[in-house]
Amino acid sequence: MTLDAIIIGSGPGGSAAADVFTAAGWTVAIVEKGRNHLLDPDDLTKPSSDYSNDEIKFHNRYFLGPDPLVEPRTFRTSEEDGDRVHVGEVNSVPSTVGGGGTHADGKVPRFMPGDFRLLSDLGPQPDADVADWPVTYDELEPFYGQVERAIGVAGLDGANPFAGPRADPFPMPPGAPMFGAVRSVAAAERLGYHPYPAPTAANSVPYDGRPACNNCGFCAFFGCPIHAKGDPVALLTRAMATGRAELLAETFVSKICFEGRRATGVDLVQADGTTRFLAARYVIVAAGAIETPRLLLLSDVEHPALGRYLMVHFQTIVAGGMPYRTYAERGRSVTHVHDDMIVGDELSRQAARDAGLSWIRGGLVEHAGAAMPIMEAKHYPPGAVHNQLMADSPIRKRLWAFTMQGEDLPYPGNCVDLDPSVRDARGFPVARVTYRPGRHELVAHEHFGPRLADILKEMGAEWTAVTSSPGRGNAGFTPDSVPESRHNMGTVRMGTDPRTSVTDPFGRLHDYDNVVVADSSVFVTSTGYGPTLTLATLSARAAHHLI
Amino acid sequence: MPTWLTEAEFEVLTAACDRTVPATAHGPGAVAAGVPDYIDGLLGAFTVDPPRIWARGPTSGRFGGEAAFASFHPLSPLDELAWRMRIEGSQGRPEAEFNGPVIGLQERYRSALEALGADFCAASSEVQDARLAAVDGFGQLLFHHCCEGLYGAPEYGGNREASAWAAIDFAGDVQPRGWTDAEVTEP
Repeated sequence: MTLDAIIIGSGPGGSAAADVFTAAGWTVAIVEKGRNHLLDPDDLTKPSSDYSNDEIKFHNRYFLGPDPLVEPRTFRTSEEDGDRVHVGEVNSVPSTVGGGGTHADGKVPRFMPGDFRLLSDLGPQPDADVADWPVTYDELEPFYGQVERAIGVAGLDGANPFAGPRADPFPMPPGAPMFGAVRSVAAAERLGYHPYPAPTAANSVPYDGRPACNNCGFCAFFGCPIHAKGDPVALLTRAMATGRAELLAETFVSKICFEGRRATGVDLVQADGTTRFLAARYVIVAAGAIETPRLLLLSDVEHPALGRYLMVHFQTIVAGGMPYRTYAERGRSVTHVHDDMIVGDELSRQAARDAGLSWIRGGLVEHAGAAMPIMEAKHYPPGAVHNQLMADSPIRKRLWAFTMQGEDLPYPGNCVDLDPSVRDARGFPVARVTYRPGRHELVAHEHFGPRLADILKEMGAEWTAVTSSPGRGNAGFTPDSVPESRHNMGTVRMGTDPRTSVTDPFGRLHDYDNVVVADSSVFVTSTGYGPTLTLATLSARAAHHLI
Repeated sequence: MPTWLTEAEFEVLTAACDRTVPATAHGPGAVAAGVPDYIDGLLGAFTVDPPRIWARGPTSGRFGGEAAFASFHPLSPLDELAWRMRIEGSQGRPEAEFNGPVIGLQERYRSALEALGADFCAASSEVQDARLAAVDGFGQLLFHHCCEGLYGAPEYGGNREASAWAAIDFAGDVQPRGWTDAEVTEP
């Protein structure tokens, strides 16, 4: 029997498609190159017990993959760097069953209505190919709601004055506000900003058979030991429970095979190194905005825009040292955010004019501290001062910080292609990332960084520091400037014009009738928000369009 | 008894750890916390099965639940390749040299400890510092492993009886207890 669909990648994008397909009676195979640590190996309809509060395992030893020794990527800031300046980890999202959803701290904001019509609303920018999306907020709204209910999102209706309209309330109320966030929210409000409880896919009450989050603090970059994070375990367990989904973990898709305008199936490399062909009516590619273009290139798909417009969020990180303990290790890592730096104001419009840009946009600002002791320890110098610094703990105990997910504009030179000589352990060319922020990102960083520092000072900070990720040395961007945001977008842009976009408005490749891209590869712009909810929503919409 | 290093190498490693993060009135140093055991345990990870790479979940037992960290996850074929490359190096094996030779942690430690010298333990602090700085990249590697061995979970061989967490007022792996909402918002 031929499968209805092969879904490549088990993250939020692939899982959302699997959920829609299996509910409609389709039979699917979910192919995941990483291991299964998410679902109980004896009963794939239940979550596993592999996750833990273990900083060595999750932060230092690649438990969620990919291990850069066997699955490296390469990096350069531009073609002028030569073939590459770095081999290893490049903005890796977990390579494991559940993909990026497993390690995120579960912030799942919707995009704003205006995010989908940036060119129409704000106009073009030099060097960038800003464009409207071929889909509107209103078209996505029902699917946003569907995914929010499936994964369980906690939030406060009406708390964000810039949010688009919602047909239904958040499925859950927000969880407990963090101690530091209560203070940074009050400081931000005193300066005229509009912070609100972060929409979070972590249960604030028992939901869908999973418990409420118990605030353990091991959230960002960890899997949830009690599965209070619903994304994407809720979608995957539901798909598996239909009996119509098969999970092929530790299985790498090396090629999509085509006959004319149709894909016939995929070539697989299995854990033991053996290969086989798997046939299906549809091929859904949801491997993330770096691995998806890599696979399409390995499959000899050709399009002038394929791999281009990689966006990662140029992050502005502003830290402040407080005269009091901030308790950042307790709670959901981030409980509050604000959107004012996306929306902008007269000051930011003036900063744009002063820089000769028609507009600048920052990004979502996350209110958080630093919680983990190994990470802290590596920031202090060795020697006799070390354990005194650890005990005093200016970073872990007293830091509060803002991370602004700065909107990257889509530049054709920021791209993913195949490295000319570096291979993975299976023998296939790895993805090469070429990325550097453009002038818009740097101007926005220079403008918003000090304004965020002002909020920390209002909160009582004794010192503040503004940095960016990737960072800049004195000599500008260097081989150390490897992105670490974990937000990869663009590279297989969607649109209505087959000459300038790779997929149609439903993620289907213009040149092939039955291959659909269902992840953040299709994003036209990067907005200032984490991509997860929107990519899962686009995937659910694309899947509904096929059934 | 070290599991992978020789007794003599272990003595030099112990002295190097002591110099990297010494004990003070503020807390245990690397040696008291068991960092040499953490490093020796990593270098000898494949002397036990499953290898001592990833402690199991979901709980350690320190805040309730089962003491699952005491055993380790089995590795997949790809995991084993990666961790043998990282620890043992590629050693000329074609399946590990798809991007060229890889020098493993065992070789880096063994050659660095040899370069520090058998008389390292008895040397003055100044001489120890000079020798540690003379081995390219080793000081940074050792320091990072000291941080992991001090402040990682005790099941990996360091942070003895969670003494380093206690010294910095870090509760550690709090599952399944977690924190109450009141402890989060108004501690």
